[in-house]
Amino acid sequence: MNTNLYNYLLGIADNSLILGQRLGELCGHGPSLETDIALTNISLDLFGQVRSYYQYAAKVAGDNRDEDTIAMMRPEREYVSVLLVEQPNTDFGYVIARQFLFDVYHYMFLTELQNSKDETLAAIAKKSIKEVSYHVRFSSDWIKRLGDGTEESHKRIQNAINDLWTYTDELFHQTEADKEMINEGVGVDTSKLKEQYYKHISEVLNEATLVVPDLKYFQKGGKQGMHTEHMGYILAELQYMQRAYPNMSW
Amino acid sequence: MSEAQIKSLEEEFEARIARDEKIEPKDWMPEKYRKTHIRQMSQHAHSEIVGMLPEGNWISRAPSLRRKVALLAKVQDEGGHGLYLYSATETLGITRDELFEQLHTGKAKYSSIFNYPALTWADIGAIGWLVDGAAIINQVALCGTSFGPYARAMVRICKEESFHQRQGYEITLKLAQGTPEQKAMAQDALNRFWWPSLMMFGPADADSPNTEQSMKWKLKRKTNDELRQQFIDQTVPQAELIGLTIPDPDLKWNEEKGGYDSGEIDWDEFWQVVKGHGPCNKERMKARVSAWENGEWVRDAALAHAEKQQDKKLNRAG
Repeated sequence: MNTNLYNYLLGIADNSLILGQRLGELCGHGPSLETDIALTNISLDLFGQVRSYYQYAAKVAGDNRDEDTIAMMRPEREYVSVLLVEQPNTDFGYVIARQFLFDVYHYMFLTELQNSKDETLAAIAKKSIKEVSYHVRFSSDWIKRLGDGTEESHKRIQNAINDLWTYTDELFHQTEADKEMINEGVGVDTSKLKEQYYKHISEVLNEATLVVPDLKYFQKGGKQGMHTEHMGYILAELQYMQRAYPNMSW
Repeated sequence: MSEAQIKSLEEEFEARIARDEKIEPKDWMPEKYRKTHIRQMSQHAHSEIVGMLPEGNWISRAPSLRRKVALLAKVQDEGGHGLYLYSATETLGITRDELFEQLHTGKAKYSSIFNYPALTWADIGAIGWLVDGAAIINQVALCGTSFGPYARAMVRICKEESFHQRQGYEITLKLAQGTPEQKAMAQDALNRFWWPSLMMFGPADADSPNTEQSMKWKLKRKTNDELRQQFIDQTVPQAELIGLTIPDPDLKWNEEKGGYDSGEIDWDEFWQVVKGHGPCNKERMKARVSAWENGEWVRDAALAHAEKQQDKKLNRAG
């Protein structure tokens, strides 16, 4: 098995899996019917992408793994999603801030991934970027609405951005698998995206009358499988059926 | 307007309905027609969005990615149905905020079936198969109803609902063909959802005071009991086909009527749930009300932002 490719795929897919799971928790509880439908739709897009990546990963693994065992049967330390995506749905401000900070990265990442030498990955990226271009528009518009809305919304979204900022740097960390895949022309060199990411984020925040946090300390660990305390609960729900009723077909 | 004028408008209105013409929002209509439609259409819209809760509850625990994606798509469709139905209801001169207010204060009802809990994964199958199956029977009849926006919304909704029903049946089928544990789970869900599904058609004809007027306006094409019979006749063979047992010892094929005879519905339970004392009435309302209240600052922000943008545009134009 090409372990580096396999791990690289998980590195991409786990982010969408955990974020999709978080968004799925909100279904039926949104602030308006339109936002409820939109967030459910984003969750649906992310899970669709996750399936493509895991199906490919299962093929790369070439054993009895399938998309569901990869998604639901790993121990927590083997999930390599960034810490940002597992942060809770504290309020709509946090949901939007988390989405925005991830979407901008995700869009830039997929833009480059379309040029991957790996044809399957390039094809998944081409399909996904159409969806993600909508996600980034949705979350950026809401950043502006909340930032330049009422005094309360401004305060709430600023708090959320301030709290989640500490998780942004990790988006650009590279694992061994990432480095190998970049060398082979398969992976995206995220170090080249970092400056543009913060520039774009700052522009949107400025337009939304929000302050760009001036923070020097960042959290990391998700990419090495060291998560926050939230992760265990997410996995408890995600894995519930597969763990309670192993080896059954649904 | 004189009484004679109103009478003539009413006669013309009834004649249009008799000719199967559609009534459109700007057409004259009797006040009772407007009110009855607001009541029924909003009740339908509320059922869609309250119905998102028991199923939404299983999104995070769906047993496979394929099932998770299908469930998300389904619940999202329901939100979409709520959206068109609220919009169609708004054409009758009421706002969505007013309709929510009626829901949250208990003035408006929603389908009682959603006051039953979704306890296992098999319940997601049963809800699609039985609950959506019963809903389609009610809704297909509404595609020909006299109020244009409602009839058109129903055409689209029925297409999606029929997909949901097949999806629910397929979930149940898979369980019925699975391990003994899975099959027991499917049977248990059928046991719990069968009677509440029959109750979805409303009280027996003898106890349904609105039926006559609704039939006249084509808001109903068949009576509650006729529709319930149709559902039973359609569903029993589907259960048999996958080896599940309908939990009704009195269920028996009646050759003469060409349909099943069935046991008596527990009407005390029906009225208990309708009156707000079912297993989940309070939780469902609490979830809706808290989503609404927690979302107030978001909706206020969106309005304030839109006003600011409008002002900017005007200043630029000025």
